[in-house]
Amino acid sequence: MDRPFAITLNPGSSLANKTGSWRTERPVYVDLLPPCNHACPAGENIQQWLYRAEDGGYESAWRQIMADNPLPAVMGRVCYRPCETACNRGQLDEAVGINSVERFLGDEAIKRGWTVPVTAADSGKKVLVVGAGPSGLSAAYHLRLLGHRVTVRDQAPQPGGMMRYGIPAYRLPRPVLDAEIGRILAMGITFEQGKVTDIEKAMADGGFDAAFLAVGAQHGRRAYIPAGDSAKILDAVTLLHETADGDPPQLGRRVAVYGGGNTAMDAARTARRLGATDAVVVYRRTRDRMPAHDVEVEEAADEGVRMMWLSTITRADEGKLVIEKMRLDATGFPQPTGEFTELAADTVVLALGQESELSLLDVVPGITISDGVVQVGTGLMTGRPGIFAGGDMVPAERTVTVGIGHGKKAARSIDAFLREGVQDGNGRTCANAATELAEPRVAGFDRLNTWYYSDAPATIRPQLDAARRISSFDEVTGGLDESTALFEARRCLSCGNCFECDNCYGVCPDNAVIKLGPGQRYQIDLDYCKGCGICVAECPCGAIDMIPERT
Amino acid sequence: MPVQPVKFYQVGSFAVGNRLLTDDERSVQSESDRTNSLNCGHRACQGCGEALGARYALDAAMRATSRQMVAVNSTGCLEVFSTPYPETSWQIPWIHSLFGNAPAVATGVAAAMRAKGRTDVRVVGQGGDGGTVDIGFACLSGMFERNDDVLFICYDNEAYMNTGVQRSGATPPAARTATTPAVGPQPGNSFGQGKNAPLIAMAHEIPYVATATVAGLRDLEYKVQRAMEFRGARYLHILVPCPLGWGSAPGDTIRIARLAEQTGLFPVFEAEAGDVVSVSKIRRKAPVEDYLKLQNRYAHLFRTADGAETIARLQRMADRNIARFGLLDPEPSGPGRAPVSTASRERS
Repeated sequence: MDRPFAITLNPGSSLANKTGSWRTERPVYVDLLPPCNHACPAGENIQQWLYRAEDGGYESAWRQIMADNPLPAVMGRVCYRPCETACNRGQLDEAVGINSVERFLGDEAIKRGWTVPVTAADSGKKVLVVGAGPSGLSAAYHLRLLGHRVTVRDQAPQPGGMMRYGIPAYRLPRPVLDAEIGRILAMGITFEQGKVTDIEKAMADGGFDAAFLAVGAQHGRRAYIPAGDSAKILDAVTLLHETADGDPPQLGRRVAVYGGGNTAMDAARTARRLGATDAVVVYRRTRDRMPAHDVEVEEAADEGVRMMWLSTITRADEGKLVIEKMRLDATGFPQPTGEFTELAADTVVLALGQESELSLLDVVPGITISDGVVQVGTGLMTGRPGIFAGGDMVPAERTVTVGIGHGKKAARSIDAFLREGVQDGNGRTCANAATELAEPRVAGFDRLNTWYYSDAPATIRPQLDAARRISSFDEVTGGLDESTALFEARRCLSCGNCFECDNCYGVCPDNAVIKLGPGQRYQIDLDYCKGCGICVAECPCGAIDMIPERT
Repeated sequence: MPVQPVKFYQVGSFAVGNRLLTDDERSVQSESDRTNSLNCGHRACQGCGEALGARYALDAAMRATSRQMVAVNSTGCLEVFSTPYPETSWQIPWIHSLFGNAPAVATGVAAAMRAKGRTDVRVVGQGGDGGTVDIGFACLSGMFERNDDVLFICYDNEAYMNTGVQRSGATPPAARTATTPAVGPQPGNSFGQGKNAPLIAMAHEIPYVATATVAGLRDLEYKVQRAMEFRGARYLHILVPCPLGWGSAPGDTIRIARLAEQTGLFPVFEAEAGDVVSVSKIRRKAPVEDYLKLQNRYAHLFRTADGAETIARLQRMADRNIARFGLLDPEPSGPGRAPVSTASRERS
């Protein structure tokens, strides 16, 4: 070799010294379940779609949502956001506004006319979906994507179920609902108006191979209230349904709503919009025991709805109610005190919960109904093979989001049933059963190195002022525009999933992290990694584990 | 509606890189083609702060000089673990002479380059705290006084680690070393001794003096790049935790450096011609206990009542630094505060 003057050695290197042999532990990249995904009843991969939205890939982000949930614009308005409650960022400053970003993406899809193509080959199987609410529509969408022919039957003239006839327009504008449902039906799903009185007969008549029942819980539960002849009492479901039909009942100026759930809040706020000057929610326990979600109670109070805690209605007469004061006993159960007061009210609206109409199952053998709901296995199959059920008519929390999740789950179970003849009704042998049954590892806050995240407050949604809300059914909560939605998406901490911040690549004292390029993440060079663990400690999102070397 | 302009990224400028940042906003260390001045296969301990700090600083210097650079090393860990004959981990022109003469050798290299008309080639001298603040100090002070065109970098791990953790002029009070054992009425290193090399360098009124830690990569790279904008003598003092000598977990190296800065024990600032021109503000203030308890060299402080008094004394040192350098913003760092970035650094 031709060396410079006075140089006798070739250029050296230390690469022959494989320091990886020092190691007793090794770093391993992992993908953990972010708490938002873990909490989502619809099973959305929230962290993934936020990641896609962060660089402005809104269509790609929307398609990621659509893999699990066909109604993002609706969910972005009516979901109670268990994801945001679980969000690790809530322990740092404020939770990421996941719901607002979802709404932005959903609205963007409607504005731009994005659709989801059906690419699966026709399976030749026919499925009947009874009920066109969130659960039924979700099941129909996923079944269609899997290549099945789907008919949705509902007794109402228009599809939507409780989204149309239960949720007031000020929370869910009808053009948004129509756009998202229209997009689902346009995938080649047949919608029929009609009541199914006997599911076995309906399946035989239509030549259906399987059925998904999602009839919801449409009947308001009644309570016995001694009432004078002229007392006006109606239930909240009827009030909301008739208001949605454009034919609201006459309520008078003073309205008492009996109950403490979300439906009670909807009824009271609807009453305000229908002209009631005084809307009072009468509830027998205290606010902290109220089943209604906080945001609903706050918005109702903002609109002038009054709350009477620890109160029951013992008698209703024309223009007035007799209210008995209650107190909570040691077990938290309300007990009468014998103290009575009067409350002026022209109408009593009962919002005491809802029940399912299950007569269509009367003649079906093998189906168990207890506590007014249908018992199903983990795959949502009833005791009758081929008949599945979900949404409000099975034991679960009754929300739109849970319903959408049931629809997806049932679609997968039905697909497994139709293709592989899985009969045990609990879906254990369907393709994803193994992953669903394994206990997922959730990326907790203690895994994060929050030093690397900038401080940033949540973007506050613009709200119409309270005065304007009360006079109309305009939407109460506004949406984010593009810049604020992007900002909000970028607040995601990406818990437990590498987002390519280059920290591990940068902080390794031994150059033992190989950067594989955009989208390819990193790899540990085990020839030289000494196992110091700095990459693990400095990973912002906790996506690296340290595991002992085998001896 | 309160809206912030969309300049916020998940990790702001605190992390090494980010896919959302443009190329010129990324750190040198995030680049696939960084120099890797100090390559794999070196024999530094697990989690060595000095190996990390040297690569951070020299890779940044290589970029700042368009890879026209020579490094001169004093004796010490960095020299020993990188060049056991016939191996070398250096991927840059690199020379080692003696423990105490690195600044003088660097002066000589700079003079040689000037004589050859190669003023595009820049010279970096480097050493540990022993080679800088003790053994090589006369040569260093001379280099400052002559204003030779050299950037000298001290990787400060606060003792002679290579020879077995003996006390140096940079060892902090109360720290246990092999020569300041944790015995007697005042265990560990004495208070009131030692040298503050950055302040001594500033007293020479050389063009540029700065401090940094391995926990603040962006800050460190900025300071190397800034130092290369000057001609004449420049000094960069980088705190590099030593898991072996400090008795800390190898994975905690950066965490400990961060705490040194966030407690105020190690003020991070830069000075031009003898005057401080900017300081890195404390972002999440921490008590000195948080820093001390991660290191076995301070373990004796947590066993006795006298130790508690010593901790209080160290806290007063930190508080004095905070007051002296203005390390805390007067207003609390509430939500909406922009991330610290080199671009928005205040200059006077």
